[in-house]
Amino acid sequence: MAETVAFWSLAVVLVGSALAVVLSKNLFHSVLWLALALTGTAGVFLLLDAEFLAAVQLLLYAGGIVTIVVFAIVVTERLVGERITQTSRRITAGAVISLALIALIVNAITRQPLATVREPLPSDLTRTIGESILTRFVLPFELLGVLMLAAMLGAVYFARPEE
Amino acid sequence: MGLQAYLILAAVIFGIGLFGVVTRRNTIGILLGIELMLNAVNINLVAFARFSGSEIGMVFTVFAICITVAEAAMGLAIVILLFRIRRTVMADHLDLLKG
Repeated sequence: MAETVAFWSLAVVLVGSALAVVLSKNLFHSVLWLALALTGTAGVFLLLDAEFLAAVQLLLYAGGIVTIVVFAIVVTERLVGERITQTSRRITAGAVISLALIALIVNAITRQPLATVREPLPSDLTRTIGESILTRFVLPFELLGVLMLAAMLGAVYFARPEE
Repeated sequence: MGLQAYLILAAVIFGIGLFGVVTRRNTIGILLGIELMLNAVNINLVAFARFSGSEIGMVFTVFAICITVAEAAMGLAIVILLFRIRRTVMADHLDLLKG
């Protein structure tokens, strides 16, 4: 019962803030709504017993990405001297495409017999995740380190001051 | 709540993100839509992992989150670079590749 209430309130928050992200006229408000949507996703992760992922979500997404986007807005909008309003185009076509995609996916989901009961998880989930990252998935983990380094170097290179 | 409810919630968020990507004119707005879509995919991964009682889907979600952060950093660096070159971040005006 408590889970149902929590799920529906999180669903309302998530869908509402996601709609605000794509419909808000002010780009800065969009980013703040995105922060709310990402925090709501962390709540969904908690509901799915993934505490570690909820923490990662808050740190990396809600903390990291929102900060970077705000920086990008400040850099690109202030110099232009325009207000940070934004417009959308082809709203009807976009709505049709999105609704069709949602209908397609929901149709496919409802046709399948899906699990309704949760299987028991390993008792110490965070420990299990850490162990499997450093044993079975150690090669992807190392590759991820290389990717992060490449992204960092690339971002620094692109954003360097003009000579 | 069964797995189905989580999958439908993720599908709705994915669709909203797609709407943002298709309709926004500002490049940063498009990137925000992409973030929403990636976020919906993460919800799917965690829900499947939880209902199958395996931690592997959550490990995959950790990787997906990290790659998304790298993508956002690169995307915004490209936006800043484009702004330097073209003095605009409106996607309609970014037609350098048009012959």
